[in-house]
Amino acid sequence: MALPPPDPQFVLRGTSAAVHTLHFSCGGPEPDIPLLFSGSENGFVHVWNLKTHRVDTALDGHGRKSVYCVETMGGKDRLLSQGRDQRICLWDLAEGRTSVTDSVFTEHVGFCRCSLLKVAQGRWLMAMAARSLEEVQILELPSKTSVCTLKPEVGAKLGMPMCLKLWQLSCDSQPVLLAGYEDGSVVLWNVSMGKVLSQLICHQEPVMSLDFDAEKAKGISGSSEKVLSIWSLNEQQNLQVYKTHELVNAGISDITIRPDKKILATAGWDHRIRIFGWKKLKPLAVLDYHTATVHCVSFSDHSNPQERLLAAGSRDQRISVWSIYAQT
Amino acid sequence: VSFIPDGLDCSISFVSHVLGKVCVHGRQKEILGVLVPHLTDLTKSDCIWQRICWRLVECVPDRWMEAVVLGFLQGAPGADVLSRLLGNLVVKNKKAQFVVTQKMLLLQYGHTTAVLQNLLGYLSLDSLRRTLLLRVLQELLETWSSSSAVKHSPAEQQLYISKAILICLSHLKEPEIQSCRQELLTSMMEGVKCHLDSSLPQLRRLGMVVAESISLKINTEGLVLKFEYEEDNETRELKSLLVQTPPFCVVPSLPDDESEKAGAALPLVPESNEKPHTAAPVMPDEELDAELDSDDDLTPYDMSEDKELKIKAPVYIRDCIEVLTGSRSEDVDKWEATVKALESLVRKNPAATREVSVELAKILLHLEEKTCIEGFVELRQRAQVAVLTTDPIPVVKYLTSQFYSLNYSLRQRMDILDILVLAAQELSCPKFHGKTKHSGAQKPYIQLLPGSDSSKDWRRIVDERIKSKTRRFAMGQSHVELASRPNKFNSVAGHFFFPLIQHFDRPLTTFDLLGEDHLVLGRLVHTLAILMYLAVNTVAVTAMGKALLEFVWSLRFHTDSYVRQGLLSCISSLLLSVPMERILADMTEELLETQSWLGDVMEKDPDGDCRRLALQNLLLMENLKKKLETVPS
Repeated sequence: MALPPPDPQFVLRGTSAAVHTLHFSCGGPEPDIPLLFSGSENGFVHVWNLKTHRVDTALDGHGRKSVYCVETMGGKDRLLSQGRDQRICLWDLAEGRTSVTDSVFTEHVGFCRCSLLKVAQGRWLMAMAARSLEEVQILELPSKTSVCTLKPEVGAKLGMPMCLKLWQLSCDSQPVLLAGYEDGSVVLWNVSMGKVLSQLICHQEPVMSLDFDAEKAKGISGSSEKVLSIWSLNEQQNLQVYKTHELVNAGISDITIRPDKKILATAGWDHRIRIFGWKKLKPLAVLDYHTATVHCVSFSDHSNPQERLLAAGSRDQRISVWSIYAQT
Repeated sequence: VSFIPDGLDCSISFVSHVLGKVCVHGRQKEILGVLVPHLTDLTKSDCIWQRICWRLVECVPDRWMEAVVLGFLQGAPGADVLSRLLGNLVVKNKKAQFVVTQKMLLLQYGHTTAVLQNLLGYLSLDSLRRTLLLRVLQELLETWSSSSAVKHSPAEQQLYISKAILICLSHLKEPEIQSCRQELLTSMMEGVKCHLDSSLPQLRRLGMVVAESISLKINTEGLVLKFEYEEDNETRELKSLLVQTPPFCVVPSLPDDESEKAGAALPLVPESNEKPHTAAPVMPDEELDAELDSDDDLTPYDMSEDKELKIKAPVYIRDCIEVLTGSRSEDVDKWEATVKALESLVRKNPAATREVSVELAKILLHLEEKTCIEGFVELRQRAQVAVLTTDPIPVVKYLTSQFYSLNYSLRQRMDILDILVLAAQELSCPKFHGKTKHSGAQKPYIQLLPGSDSSKDWRRIVDERIKSKTRRFAMGQSHVELASRPNKFNSVAGHFFFPLIQHFDRPLTTFDLLGEDHLVLGRLVHTLAILMYLAVNTVAVTAMGKALLEFVWSLRFHTDSYVRQGLLSCISSLLLSVPMERILADMTEELLETQSWLGDVMEKDPDGDCRRLALQNLLLMENLKKKLETVPS
């Protein structure tokens, strides 16, 4: 007899706008307060205190234009936020400051979230969609120097890049980029040489979101249709479709795999969050709390596994936080 | 003839005379049936026999030349054979040239496609004759693109000319096309305009097919004209004429073009198959792995509630009105659900609908597609019909007044007519779904009209009714009377009919029924015919009949054949619906005038359908009068 799905552990209210992106920062040592960063449609980045469940700070750096990506850079003191004002802002939040230290003008008018990868101490690579329609630009942060521009060949007709993921197999291997495009294909790019390693058509509709497990060389992508596509990377660096999973309702906004690679969560247009087992994509739970499209899901990075949380932000302006499968 | 000895000089002219005389007496088939196969064999490789044959036909006196040429064209198995038999007769003999290039193509139209192929193929096979081919094409195009020809010549003739044009095009070579490209383009533009203006769908389709073919020929690369129309046997046959499969290939490039075009239709299918192909799943490796699955200790939760998301439509009519008029763009899901659910809601809540009927009708008339729903037009139409049948009088008053108002598109006006017809049909037919067997005299069950071709169905049904009526008095009453229900159309028939007929001659700035908008006039006339037909057994039927007769009388000389067909349908409906006693009593003079007009139409109208309808009406009139006389008073 299966149990009914759990209720959220708590719900954060107070953004007064649709929530587009979430990022946890709970990995710090004991006296540090676990935090959750959220970006909303009204241009604010809210810093939530997960002990008091209240907003500690509200950062206003995007001219009231929607913020659709937030990431931390090595701890909760440095934050990166990307907004619809075509800017990526770098924040310094140490010691209660709330200042923008730097910004990058991307000239990108779409919704493609940037992707960060730490390559060395104090150095990151950032992949972002650039001004030109099909291009992805790789920048090095904090120097903001351009590493390369990834341009598909003429006539490839991939459309806009929709989602990006930078990763490397280990610290000294080449960084590679997985990009999902508007025509439904996922492309694997070699960053240093700027060439396509492999391309795979995963969906008939634009790829909305993807995530990748570097250890198992397996990834998953979701689109505006009813199908989730799981693909793998073989030794020759070629992408192959591994499996597909049909959903009950069409439309996925976000997919994320938990850091321990055991489960993954999807944010659906049908207001529901779905949990699957990562190994076999076994459906585990359907969390039906929100009353509008769920825009983002994120797992926390708690060092204590028992405290791990899942957060989901929705168009109904609420962030639901769940504790699910935390015991394993 | 077949045993003329070789090497002897002889005069063929006697034979030619005999041939000519026989042909002109109408015996072409007999004599040429024997002659042509022999000559075909003999002239295959023998030049002398070819010359003899040519001499034979050239010596036929002019007064019999036409019959002989026609006979050959009909009897020859192919253009190449014809070329061997006739040689350059058309170039040398004026009469033959006239017959072949003018009379058979422009003045007659009864010949088969095979004859056309022979004729035009023959013209194309020799360089001397090719100039004639080009001239012929020019003249055909002139006729095809002349608006008066399109309006006044019968459909069969237009089909014939279109076929001839297509065959000519198939014979043209590249340099020739290039030289007359400009003229082709001009004629195509003019011709397509006249054809699309026509109210008859068949003529529009003809114009589209020919224009597409011309465009294909003159622009072999890049942009070609492409129309959207329903393919049927006629269009397929026409398109097949563009392909020539000559046994002795004179113009090899053209069939390639056509097969390219056919090939172009195919790649669409393999292309779309490619995409899923690349996404075909590789056999998952995990089935080979015997790995212990740590997923197994993750127990799933109950997911039985996880069903498809359904947006709920509003349950009350007033809520529907709010959603449909609301400007909140976020509620598109709700708007869609409302549009889909509206018809059934209206039918389930007649009292609530009656309170807001006119408002709802107004909203629906102006409702435009906000999102992409399948079958939006049909959904809207069904909802409108539901509203109209629930509360007929105020809504029909509104709709008929809007039909004649400013600032509506032609499409909207024609939609109003469609709705009126559908609602009238619903109101007048008792609710049945095939369980009762009606005799032919009762109204047959009619499907939801698809729109622009409704006139065809109605004509068919009226024809059936006429047939049944004409048979019935011979068989006598043999069927059982069935349970009847009150005819809801009775009380409102006049409301449907009279406002439509009132203002047809009053032009507005944007809408002139008697002028440019003759398509709408045609539709209006057909609508009136249907309303008349449905008004049988109603109280107002006689008054309606009288008004309709006057209406028909004033429009009887209209130039558009679609309108004339409608007027004749009106007469049919009138004769079927209004009891004959009343017609004879109240409308005697008008009836006589109509009878003479029908006789005129039957003899002189260029359109075949009009003539047929007029004949049927006259027969119907006769039968009804006779029936009246035989029924004992």
